[in-house]
Amino acid sequence: MSRCRKMADIGRRQFLRGGAIATSGAAAAVVAPSRAKAAPAAALLEYPSNRLANIADLATNEPLDVSYPDDDAPGVLLKLGQAVEGGTGPDGDIVGFSTVCPHKGYPLAYDAADRTFNCPGHYSRFDPEAGGQQVWGQATQNLPQYTLRVDDNGDIYAEGVDELLYGRLSNVL
Amino acid sequence: MAYKRQIDRLPIIPADAKKHNVTCHYCIVGCGYHAYTWPIKKQGGTGADANAFGVDLSEQQGADAEAWYAPSMYNVVKQDGEDVHLVIKPDQNCVVNSGLGSIRGARMAENRPSEVTGSQQQRLGEPMVWRYGTWQPTSWDDALDLVARVTARVIDQENEDDLFVSMFDHGGSAGGYENTWGTGKLYFESMKVKNCRIHNRPAYNSEVHSTRDMGIGELNYCYEDYQLTDTIFLIGANPLECQTNLFLNHMVPGMRNGAKVVIVDPRRTVTANACEIEAGADNVLHLAIESGTDLALFNTLFTYIADQGWVDQDFISASTFQDGVAQPQNEQHPSALGSFEAARDACRMSLTDGAAICGVAEADIIKAAEWIAKPKDDGSRRKCVSAYEKGIIWGNDNYRTIGGLVNIALATGNIGREGGGVCRLGGHQEGYFRPSDAHVGRPAPYLDDLIIRGQGKVHHIWANDHFKTTLNAVAFKREYNRRTNIVKEAMDARAGATRDEMVDAIVGAIEAGGIFSVNVDIIHTQIGQCAHVILPAVESGEMNLTSMNGERRMRLVEKYMDGPGSAMPDCLIAAGMARHLERVLREEGRDAYADQFKGYDWASEEDAFMDGYNSGNPEVTYERLRAMGNDGVQEPVVGYENDKLVGTKRLYVDGKFDRHGREDKKALFCAGAWRGLQAAGKAAQKSGHAFLINNGRSNINWQNWFLDKDNDFVSDRYPYPFLEINPEDMAELGLKEGDLVEIYNDVGATQAMAYPTPTARRGETFMLFGAPTGTQGNVINAGVNELVLPNYKQTWANIRKISDAPAAVSHMSFKSKEYSSG
Repeated sequence: MSRCRKMADIGRRQFLRGGAIATSGAAAAVVAPSRAKAAPAAALLEYPSNRLANIADLATNEPLDVSYPDDDAPGVLLKLGQAVEGGTGPDGDIVGFSTVCPHKGYPLAYDAADRTFNCPGHYSRFDPEAGGQQVWGQATQNLPQYTLRVDDNGDIYAEGVDELLYGRLSNVL
Repeated sequence: MAYKRQIDRLPIIPADAKKHNVTCHYCIVGCGYHAYTWPIKKQGGTGADANAFGVDLSEQQGADAEAWYAPSMYNVVKQDGEDVHLVIKPDQNCVVNSGLGSIRGARMAENRPSEVTGSQQQRLGEPMVWRYGTWQPTSWDDALDLVARVTARVIDQENEDDLFVSMFDHGGSAGGYENTWGTGKLYFESMKVKNCRIHNRPAYNSEVHSTRDMGIGELNYCYEDYQLTDTIFLIGANPLECQTNLFLNHMVPGMRNGAKVVIVDPRRTVTANACEIEAGADNVLHLAIESGTDLALFNTLFTYIADQGWVDQDFISASTFQDGVAQPQNEQHPSALGSFEAARDACRMSLTDGAAICGVAEADIIKAAEWIAKPKDDGSRRKCVSAYEKGIIWGNDNYRTIGGLVNIALATGNIGREGGGVCRLGGHQEGYFRPSDAHVGRPAPYLDDLIIRGQGKVHHIWANDHFKTTLNAVAFKREYNRRTNIVKEAMDARAGATRDEMVDAIVGAIEAGGIFSVNVDIIHTQIGQCAHVILPAVESGEMNLTSMNGERRMRLVEKYMDGPGSAMPDCLIAAGMARHLERVLREEGRDAYADQFKGYDWASEEDAFMDGYNSGNPEVTYERLRAMGNDGVQEPVVGYENDKLVGTKRLYVDGKFDRHGREDKKALFCAGAWRGLQAAGKAAQKSGHAFLINNGRSNINWQNWFLDKDNDFVSDRYPYPFLEINPEDMAELGLKEGDLVEIYNDVGATQAMAYPTPTARRGETFMLFGAPTGTQGNVINAGVNELVLPNYKQTWANIRKISDAPAAVSHMSFKSKEYSSG
C-alpha cells in the first residue's frame, strides 16, 4: 500500500509540475455533508471550438480582429507570410493571440514594420513570430496564443489558449 | 516556441484568506504587495461574497484591476508545516507602486521554494560539510562546531586579520536590518574583522564616499519629487529597467506634468525611448558621452552654470563652506573639498574642451545647462532632481565624478527642496544597521586581491558570489579554486578522522597555502562550489524582515511561509556561530576572548531587530511597523504620535548638512579636476582593443540570477547573457543573431550571445552583467580607484565567434527592445 501511495504522490507532483496547477474547479466551494456525492469535474478546462474566420479573410501581415473564447476576450488572427513554429494553415504561417497585455490589461497595438504587439501602458512588446515571446516588458508571462485548427474549407477554429488571459482567473468564464 | 505555462485557471483567494504585508525584496524601490495564504483544500468562489476582492469574478476584469493575479503570482508553499495556497500580488493602495508589479517582483510567488509545484528546488535546506569527497548533509551543531573550531584556530583577541569575511550589506532578499545586524555584531563587535568586503564590490567601503564627505547623504529626496520637478537629470542610470515602478509610477507622471529629461549614458536605453514617448522627443536630451567622461561633462556644466550666474547664491552663502579648502586631497580623499569658489577654480573646463572630451556638441551641453539651472522667464528658480546609479558608481574616477555631480545640485540649491535632490537610485532594498566599521580603515583592504595574493586563512561568505560579480574574476576563480582545493584534498586524505584530527588536517592545509571556505547562502552558488561548509539561509517572507527603499521608506515584511528544511535567518546563523565560538574558546581556556561572544541569545529575528535597530531607534518596533502597512514610514523616524510612527519626508530641508560630521553643518564642494581614465590599466586596455564592453542589468534578470537561473520564464528569454552589438559590427565579425561569441582581452575571456542592436554605436557593446552562463567580470581588469571602488564599466576587449547560435536560443526573439507605436 505504501508503494501505491507513493506512486500516486509522484504522479500528482508530475501533474502539477506540468503546469496544470488549477486542480480546483471554477465552481464555488460548497460545505458538503460527509455522505454527499462529490460533483464530478474534468481535469482540464473545456474550451469552445469557435470558428474565428476563413483563410480567405486574412491578408499577410494584417491582423484580423477576433475574440476568443468569448466576446470579452479580444484577440487577432495573423497570417505572417512565412512559416513559424506553432503556425497553422497550409503555409504554417497563421497564428492567433490575445491582444490584452498580460501585465495590466491594456490593449496591444500591432506594429507591422517589425511585427510586434506593443503595449501603450508600460511599453511591453511581444513577438508573434516567436510564439508571443515578450521581447521586452513588464509582463510575467508571454502572450497567450490560441490553439488553432484549419478545416478543409479553410475555416479557422480556436480550441484553446496556452496562458492565463489577463483579467480572468479562468480562461472560460 | 516561447515558454508557456499552459495554466488556464487559478484557485481563487477566499474571503477569509490570511493577508500579509509584503515589500518586494528585490530592487531598491520596494513595491508594496500582499501575500494571501489559505488552506490547501479550500478555495474561494466567483461570487462577490466568496472571494477576497468582493467582486464578481465570473466577469472579465478591466485594465489595472485589483481582482486579478498572474500564474507567476501563485504557488503552493509550506506554512507552519502545512501546505497552503499562496498568492503574492501588488498592493493597489501602496504609495510606492499603486498596484504596479515589475517583471521581477510579480514573480515572487513563483520563485518561492515549493515541494508541490517543484519551484526553486535549488534552495538549500540543510547544512552541508565537505566529507568523503563531496558535500554531505548534516546537523547545524555538527556544521557550526567545525566552523567554530577551524575559525578559532586562526583568530585571537589581538589579531583577527586571518579571518576574511564577505558579507552583504543590503536590505532585500536575505538581508534586512535583522541580518545586517546579526552579521555586523559578530564581525564588528565581538570581533574587529578588517579584512572584509560587501556583496558587490571587493572591499568594505562606501559606493559614494564623496557625497558623504561633502555632507550630503545620498538618499535625500522622496519619490514624489519626480512629480514636482522641472527637470529630471539621469546619469548612468536606466530606471525603467532597474527601478521600474519608480519610473512608471513617479517619473512618468512627472514628465506628464511637464518635466524635461536629461539623460547621460553612452548607450541608448529603453529608458531614453520611454522618456521620448512620455515627454516628447523635444523635451528629452540624451547626452551619449564617450564612456567614462562623466566628470568632464559635470565640470563643464558646473563651469558654464556658474559663469552664467545660474546659481543659488543665497543657498551657497547660507549652507556651504566659504573659506577655500576645508579638506585637502590625501590618501583618504581623492579630491580636495571646500568652497564653491575653490571648486569652481579646480573644476574649470571650457565648453570646447568638455565637448571634445565627451564627444558631444557644445550646443547640447548648453541645452543641458539651461534645462538644469537656467531660471525661468519669471525669474523663479528651476527645480531639478538628479539621479545617478552604477553607470558612474562603478565607473571612472568614482570619487570625483560623484562629487562633480553633487557640485551642480549644491550650486543650484537643489537639495532638501521640493522637486530637488541628488540621489543614488540604488540597487537592492537597503537595511544597514551595524556597529562602527571604523577599524576597517580607509582605503579599505582590497579583499579579492589579497585572496589572489595568498592571504586569508578562513573565509566566511554571506550571500556573496564573487565568481559572478567580482572584477578580475578569471584570476580570482583560478586562485580560489586552487587554494580551497588544497583544503579539500587534505580533508579527503583524512576521511574517518576524529574532529580534532580533521581540524588539525585543515589547519595544516591552510598553513600550506589553502583557505577554508564557509558559505552561507540560500542556494548553492558558483563560489559555493569551493566551500567546505555550507549553511542554508532563508529569505524575506520566510522570516519577518525590515528594509527601506530609495526614499528611506521602511517597511516590515511579515513572514508568510516556512523556509526550506532547517534553513534559518542569517541573524540566527550568526548567533549560532557566536555561541559555538564562545563554547570552543572556553573549552580551549580562552575565557576572556570567549566572553566577547556573549549576547546572542536570540530566539527569533525580532530579537535580533530589538538588539540592533531598536537600540538606536527606540520608537520602531515590529508591532508599530506592522500597523504602518505597506506605506511604512520614511527614515529617520522622529517620533510616535496618534498611534503612528512619524518619519522624515526629505533630508536637509533646513539647509544644514551633517553627513560628513562637521560641526558647522556646512556642505562642501568637490574640487576634483578631470584626469582622464583614472584606474590602472584602463587607458591601455582601451587603446589595445576594438570594443567597449559596457555592462549592466536588464529588466528581467534580477541581479546575478540567483533565483532566476531556475526560473523557466526567465531562462527562456535569455539562456545566455546578451551582448548588444551594432549589426554592422556583427557583419564584420561574421556574426548572426544568437551566435555565441567569446569576448577576450588582456585579463581574461567570457562568452555571450550576439543581440543585434541598431541603436548601439559602432565599437560599443553592452553585455548583461552577473550571468551564470557568461560572467562579464572575467574581462574586467583589477583597476580600482584610491578607495578601492571597482571600475566595472570601462572595459574593452576583442570579440570572436565561438559557434553558430546554440540550440537553446533557436526559439528566441531578437527584435528591438524599444516600444514602438507602429
